[in-house]
Amino acid sequence: MTKFVRSLAAAAVVAMAPVAYAETTVRVAYDADPVSLDPHEQLSGGTLQLSHMVFDPLVRWTQDLQFEPRLAESWEQIDDTTMRFKLRSGVTFHSGNPLTANDVDWTFDRLKQSDDFKGIFAPFTDVEVVDDMTFDLKTAEPYPLVLHTATYIFPMDSAFYTGTTDDGKDKAEVVKHGNSFASRNVSGTGPFVVSEREQGVRVVFDRFDGYWDADAGNVDKIVLTPIKEDPTRVAALLSGDVDFIAPVPPTDLKRVEEAEGVDLITMPGTRIITFQMNQNRVEAFKDARVRKAIDYAVNNAGIVDRIMRGFGTVGAQASPAGYLGYDEALAPRFDLEKAKALMAEAGYADGFSITMMAPNNRYVNDDKIAQAVASMLAQINIKVDLQTMPKAQYWPAFDERAADMMMIGWHADTEDSANFHQFLTACPNPENGNGQYNSGNYCNEEADALMDAANAETDPDKRAELLQKLEGILYEEAAFIPLHWQNLAWGSKSGMNAAEIVNALNFPYFGDLVVETGS
Amino acid sequence: MFAYLAKRVIQAIAVMFVISLIAFAIQGNLGDPLRELVGQSVSEEVRQQLRDELGLNDSFVTQYLRFAGNALQGDLGTSYFFKEPALDVILKKLPATLELVFGATLIIIGFSVPLGVYTAIKPDSILSRIIMGLSIVGISIPVFLTAILMIFVFSVEYGWFPSYGRGDTVHVWGYWQTNFATADGWMHIILPSIALASIMLPLFVRLIRAEMMEVLQSEYVKYAKAKGINPWRIYFVHALKNTLLPVITVGGVQIGTMVAYTILTETVFQWPGMGFMFLEAVNRVDTPLIVAYLIVVGFIFVVTNTIVDLIYGLVNPTVNIARMGA
Repeated sequence: MTKFVRSLAAAAVVAMAPVAYAETTVRVAYDADPVSLDPHEQLSGGTLQLSHMVFDPLVRWTQDLQFEPRLAESWEQIDDTTMRFKLRSGVTFHSGNPLTANDVDWTFDRLKQSDDFKGIFAPFTDVEVVDDMTFDLKTAEPYPLVLHTATYIFPMDSAFYTGTTDDGKDKAEVVKHGNSFASRNVSGTGPFVVSEREQGVRVVFDRFDGYWDADAGNVDKIVLTPIKEDPTRVAALLSGDVDFIAPVPPTDLKRVEEAEGVDLITMPGTRIITFQMNQNRVEAFKDARVRKAIDYAVNNAGIVDRIMRGFGTVGAQASPAGYLGYDEALAPRFDLEKAKALMAEAGYADGFSITMMAPNNRYVNDDKIAQAVASMLAQINIKVDLQTMPKAQYWPAFDERAADMMMIGWHADTEDSANFHQFLTACPNPENGNGQYNSGNYCNEEADALMDAANAETDPDKRAELLQKLEGILYEEAAFIPLHWQNLAWGSKSGMNAAEIVNALNFPYFGDLVVETGS
Repeated sequence: MFAYLAKRVIQAIAVMFVISLIAFAIQGNLGDPLRELVGQSVSEEVRQQLRDELGLNDSFVTQYLRFAGNALQGDLGTSYFFKEPALDVILKKLPATLELVFGATLIIIGFSVPLGVYTAIKPDSILSRIIMGLSIVGISIPVFLTAILMIFVFSVEYGWFPSYGRGDTVHVWGYWQTNFATADGWMHIILPSIALASIMLPLFVRLIRAEMMEVLQSEYVKYAKAKGINPWRIYFVHALKNTLLPVITVGGVQIGTMVAYTILTETVFQWPGMGFMFLEAVNRVDTPLIVAYLIVVGFIFVVTNTIVDLIYGLVNPTVNIARMGA
């Protein structure tokens, strides 16, 4: 056969091959890229977004905050402190190793060693392997948040991460600030494999051929680029250079919504923005009437309307709708006359002077919100000396409790109401870590008792009652000033069905994305 | 010549030593690196433990001596975020920045000389007035605003140019990936280069114009005119040559300044160079990377100024480099 004929034949073979293989690529731009490929190095939104692409959790949250089985096919409570999980069969890791209960056990032990995750897993004692496909997740005491926590268990490929690297380091080690094996190599069960990564520039994901949930989505390739600047990220979407962006800044919501060929997707978020009033620094803040007066003076609906341009949900408590502690009877307070009356009643009709601090690059419009609150307080004769600063400087100042009123936003890692109280308003106690972010030093033993009771109560209805009562006390005593829950916003090219894969937790499930290919 | 270079090397070391000391002194005020390394619910105890491991609880002197000792062996520390030696991270990002500066320099040289000479020869023409007017506008608009405006006009509205990033690059050597080898690469570098040039170009047009006007008044130009030499030859060969000395001096200093301006341009265009990396490092309180960046930029300043001095000698034979070393 001559060369010419051979190449003709080759061309014919190519031509006859099924043409169905048109690659679907989605280009994604976030404001930051994941810090590491190690799912246990840092507990952050970026890490979890990556985990949902490269790994699979045992269970995951649906859009309406229910649990959906993933690698765990089913589960049952077998006694007060044991939940038995059955694993899905036929699941393989990217390396080709099959998933077994031993991998879950191994992953659990690693989570317990991670500085960032061990807090969440503190109530859990062990994973006991029953057989290859079955394991028991055990807690020390009856614990209501077993499934909540199971959303954080992304089984890792224990065989892949076992052994030593060429330079003699343990492949399993979790290293915060170093070049560990797990921070650069990854083998999960997830829909995508990482095929290329240049930190801070781009990450390329290719569809995992052996993915167990074969008919989930139709995206073959995802290119993730971090674009830090808000206007540039929006411009990249509008000009068609990328297909999906997050977040969309409030100033550009209208623009993205009205632009052709582009969809805006928004959803109420779960991060509450608050101010805390330091009772150790200001005597007047010990008086609940003064705290309430401040709450009445702050027009949080006005802040959402004017500063957030509607991009937030006005809050009166910490728990957002959908959480057990959410009580719709608690309404946002705003009444200047009442505020002035309360100040007079407490003996502070002439007001006083305080200092206030807020970050200027941590939450959406954080510095503008602080300015608005400061001027609102001037109306009840509280003179505010406001200082705003970048988050890098703000957090050390917050740790020192450096001002009389300080801003803090909080998202509950457990997606549970008790977490807000534990970190923000519980009596500060370095022993058990309660009130780690309670710069107000608010302390109410009844409230703490309700939290402890709720954390030992496994019946959801009784728990809801306890947690709502807790929120009621914090509201009545104006333990802190709730402002709003920040909304979430994504922008996508039309026809991507991106609205199906996003959720209030901000972990888009790209594995399930079905892009209309136009054929 | 050799004495001169030796003196420059000693100067460079002194400059970098001072920079490292200053950078080290301010890092305590940049914030707490731990915040960016750990999640929100990590306890204070674990944070302290990590601080100990990172050596952040040691005294300033101990920390600086440790840094200086490592630096003498070529180790400027390890970036918290990239988990790689800070110098490697910067060297990987350096080519992107240098290509951007090179692109902007091409634009500046290509436009400033003809525009500067033209406005000097015909100071009263309408076109000259327009050019001078625009140069005022160009000099007064901040770089990041120019950049964002250009993205919205040329990427979003017209779709002529891509809005961010470097596009297709071709590997040349070592860490060097070039934009100048593919059409896509060229398309990506045009807007950022114009944005970066937008501050310097008006400055150079004005500088060349002013120098040129002065030279045109001089005796030898009048004599050349009287002699009947072709006016273009007078302008571009005889006169321009003598305007170049101050231009080179300012240019040398400005190349360093331009490296600084890349911080803004790269951030807006998501250009993966070291300017963008620096701003990110400041946000993340990645102190080893911040210190290393400042030292590298200091080094670039010293090198460009040395090169300028050498070129000086070539353009103006009365400048004696050998004597500068004395």
